[in-house]
Parts: sequence; C-alpha cells; structure tokens
Amino acid sequence: MTDQLVETAAGRAVAATRPPRAQRIGARPGIWTTGLLAGAVWLATGAYSGLVPDADDFPYTFDFAVGLSVIGAILLGLALLGPTARIPLRTLRYWGPWLVVVPLGLLAWEIVTAKLELLPRPFFVPPQALVEVYFDDWEKLGLSTVASLKLLAWGYGIGAVVGVALGVAIGWWRAAGYWAHPVLRFIGPLPATAWLPVAFFLFPSSWSASVFLLALATGFPVTILTWSGIASVNKDYYDIARTLGGNQRFLVLKVAIPAALPHVFVGLFMGLGTSFAVLVVAEMLGVKAGLGWYLQWAQGWAAYANMYAALIVLALMCSGLVTLLFRVRDHVLAWQKELVRW
Amino acid sequence: MVTETLSRDIPAVSAASGIRLTVENVSHAFTLKDAPLPVLSQVSFTAEPGEFVALLGPSGCGKSTLLRLVAGLEQATEGRVDADGAPIRTPDPSRILVFQDPTLYPWRTVGDNVALGLEARGILRRERTRVGKALSLVGLASFAGAYPRQLSGGMAQRVALARALVNDPRLLLLDEPLGKLDSLTRITMQAELLKLWEDARFTALLVTHDVEEALFLAERVIVFSERPARIKADVKVDVPYPRHRGDPRLAELRHHLLGLLGLDATW
Repeated sequence: MTDQLVETAAGRAVAATRPPRAQRIGARPGIWTTGLLAGAVWLATGAYSGLVPDADDFPYTFDFAVGLSVIGAILLGLALLGPTARIPLRTLRYWGPWLVVVPLGLLAWEIVTAKLELLPRPFFVPPQALVEVYFDDWEKLGLSTVASLKLLAWGYGIGAVVGVALGVAIGWWRAAGYWAHPVLRFIGPLPATAWLPVAFFLFPSSWSASVFLLALATGFPVTILTWSGIASVNKDYYDIARTLGGNQRFLVLKVAIPAALPHVFVGLFMGLGTSFAVLVVAEMLGVKAGLGWYLQWAQGWAAYANMYAALIVLALMCSGLVTLLFRVRDHVLAWQKELVRW
Repeated sequence: MVTETLSRDIPAVSAASGIRLTVENVSHAFTLKDAPLPVLSQVSFTAEPGEFVALLGPSGCGKSTLLRLVAGLEQATEGRVDADGAPIRTPDPSRILVFQDPTLYPWRTVGDNVALGLEARGILRRERTRVGKALSLVGLASFAGAYPRQLSGGMAQRVALARALVNDPRLLLLDEPLGKLDSLTRITMQAELLKLWEDARFTALLVTHDVEEALFLAERVIVFSERPARIKADVKVDVPYPRHRGDPRLAELRHHLLGLLGLDATW
C-alpha cells in the first residue's frame, strides 16, 4: 500500500516534469548510444592496428593500438555507466559524432600507410610514427614550443604595446598624426618578412631581429585599428568628461582608450595572425630554435613524421593563443555582450 | 502629487546655492568653409540664482550653442557670459550639461557612470557615498551594477541626471533632456525634474522646443527667433508650483508663446 503510494507519487512527479533525456532521444534509458558507438569504433580501430601485422617494421604500433583501445574502453564505460552514475557528459555528448568519425579517419590512415603501404614513403607516415615522435623527441619538441612562445611573447607584446600607444598618439595629437601618417602609409603595407635580410643584418642577433619583425607585423594593424577606434569615439563623450572636470589625461585614459577598445581588439587579432606567419618564417631562416626551426630541421633530415608532429603542435599553439585572445576580449568587453537581460 | 508634498515639506533650501548667470550681448558664429554662419545675435538675459529658465525656439535656431557657451565648451565670438560676475572660459563641474541623448559610457556600469565627475576630480574615494545617493534621487539605486545597454531610454536619461546631480551643480544646463522619450515617460520625468530642482535649488537653464514642457517647468520662458537666434520675448510664467497642466492661465500663456513662434493658428 505504502509502496504503491510512493510509486504513484514518483510517477506523477516524473510526468509533471519533462520526460527524461534518454526517452526524448529515443534510446534505452541510462545509456549514451553515440558514446557506445564511438567506443566500439575506437576499440575496433585499436584491435585492427594491434592485431593486423604491419607491412614494415614500425615501432610503437602496439602502444598506438593500446592507446586507441584505452580511449575506446573509457568511452564505453562512460556511455554505459555515465548517465546512471550521474557523471556530467554534456560536452562529450556534443562531441559524440566527432568521436565516431575521428577513429574512422585514423583507421583509414592506418590502412593506407602502415598496413598496406599504398602511399609513398617517406612523405606519408603512419599514425604510430607520430606517436613515436611524441614519445622519443618530446624534449626537443617541447623546448622548441617554449622557444617559439617566448619569441612570440616578446615580439607580439612589444608590437601590441607600441601599436596601441602609437595609435592613441596619432588619434589624439595632430602633430603625431602629421608625422606618423605618411610613414605608416609607406611602410605599413610592406610585409614584415620583406625586412628579413635588413633586420638580420642590422640587429646583433637573429633573435632580436625576429623580435623586431614580429613587433612590426603586430604593430601595424594594432596602430591602424587603435587610431580608427580613437577617431570614431562619440565627441559628446569628451564634452561630458570636460564639463565634469576631466583633464586631458582623464580624457585619454578614461574616455578615448576604453571607447576605442573594441577596435583595438580587432587590431590585436589581426596582428596575432600576421605575427604567426612572421614567427615561422623568421625561425626557418634565422633563429636556431622554435617550431619553425624544428619544421625546417625535420624536413632537412627527411624526418617527415617529426615535421607532421611539429605542425600539429604549431596548430594547437596558434589556435590556443587565438582562443586565449578571444577569452580576454570577452572578459574586457563584457559590457558589449548580451550577458544579462533585464 | 509628489511635487506637492515636497514643496510643502522642504523649505526653500539655500537659494544662494544657484549661480547668477549673466549673458550680455552675446553673438556667435560658426566658421564654415566659405563664410561665417551666425547662430546667435545680440543675446542678453540674466538668470537669478535658483531660477528655472526655459529657452524656447524653433529647432536648429542656436539654443544648444548658447548652452555650450554657458558650459564653457566654446567661447562666444562676441559678448560676455558670466557666472556670478566672473567670465566663463572653461568647463567647470559647477555647471553641468545634460544632453538630449543620455551619452552614458557603455563600458561603465551605471554606478561608475554616475561616479564619473567625482573620479575626474579625484575625490571619488572620499565621496563614494554620493554615487548611491544620486542614484537614489532618480530612483535607480538598485541598478548601480547594470550596464547602460540594459536600461530603457527613460532610465538612461535618469542616470544621466544622476551623473550631473552627483556633482552638486550650481547651474544645470538641460539640452532637450526629455526630447527623445515617449510622452508618458516624459510627463513623469518632468515632474521628477521639478522635484529635483525644488530640492536642490540650482539655477536651471532648459532648452526645449516643447511649449507645454517649458510652461510646466520654468519660471520664465525666453523665446528665440529663427537662426541667427535673437530674443523675441521674455515671458514670466506667473503660475505657482505645483502646477496643473490644465490650468487656464497656462493655456493662455501657451497661446501667447505659440503666437510668438507663429504657430497659433490651431490653438
């Protein structure tokens, strides 16, 4: 009797709220179906890679297979137990289809390289060759990444600071605009890499030359955009600040610059893109460190696996930095976004 | 209703807090490419301390320019503008301008916008409590953390008023501050403006092209001609506060003012 009451009460509660998620997507309750499929595909790819013999002697095939299988096992576990154990799978669910397609791609890659050798070597390497690079050469790759980040930080940092300062100066003082405008128009559009020979000659080291080139590449778009940001500030904002007792310093720091910030961030984003290009070129041609240098070095030794591995690291680094910049922007320009509605 | 209780409860608070504004033979012209464009011609009037004066005239006649001269944002080509006998040369926080657009800084919260004047003068840390008080005056105390884009037009204009009032201005220059609001918000805010003026007794100079607004708010209405603006008439609104919009004397004055503007055909 009591049980019945509890049951009906529970039944009503469920009916009153929304139907459970599993029912809505038409699957058995408590199981994440896409995850099940993804886990199976990862496991199958792992099994294929580990059990079918390689066409040649590739090291790390076993480790590659184990890695795939472990991912598959984890996905299977999460798919089966996650919903019942209340492990939040929101993000994973979103990426579900990708988690199915990625191992399929790896499988195809594995088939045409390691197993059947349909693609010419050494240009095309099997996936386990990348595993090999990350396992055996992680130190050099890591140091290269750090070197690239350091060079980028200096060059981009100087370029951004100088660019903002110059942009504000040109936008604010007529004299600064008079002198800087023609110079900017003349030199600005020149690709920073065109300066390479001159820079390597003029600067004491190729590293300082590269910092200069990076700063130049970053500085131009930042300057132009900051300037246009300052120029487009509503003139009434200045009148308001002046009647309220603001001096020149206040007008620049508290009115002009904050008002121009949306433009400044566009400039910083453009500058980041051009600075990546300059970074790789500078490292390939002069600096004896960094991912650009690693790429060049790997290519010179026909170590194509190392090259691909470095390319992946480089892509992750660049995309990570762009993401970081966007995060900073979203934080600083929170007043622009529709975060809260009344 | 609110104005009624207030005018009874609060005695005439220090009428001396307002500025005596003297405008003497002021003419002003903008320099355009080919020829100077005269906007003000031989304008003279005095606003007594604590007086509420409306400047009424056709749009584009140069009233707003006059306010900019009084604010000290521009210098008159000819004539004198004096505050308590001293010539006005630069802007000063004792004379605050409120625009038709609220022109709040979108990157600052409502509270930080109101704090602007205190911050510009470097007294924010000491006087921060004034920000909350000013926001309470306009009924927006709970919105200090909101951003301007989250406010309605009326709320934003209230914040602009709070941003002016936080400085305890002795002269408030209102450049069609209610011009862009819907008619209902407008009526509410006219009453609020009157209450703020009655409480603080600053001198108020209101530019408007709304005859009813001028008559409901001001003690005197100065009527301007088309550009270049000349004073056509200086009309005393001899109706005590609190005023009623349906007052027959106001209707009479409205007819008179519209006649001066050449628009009395339909009234």
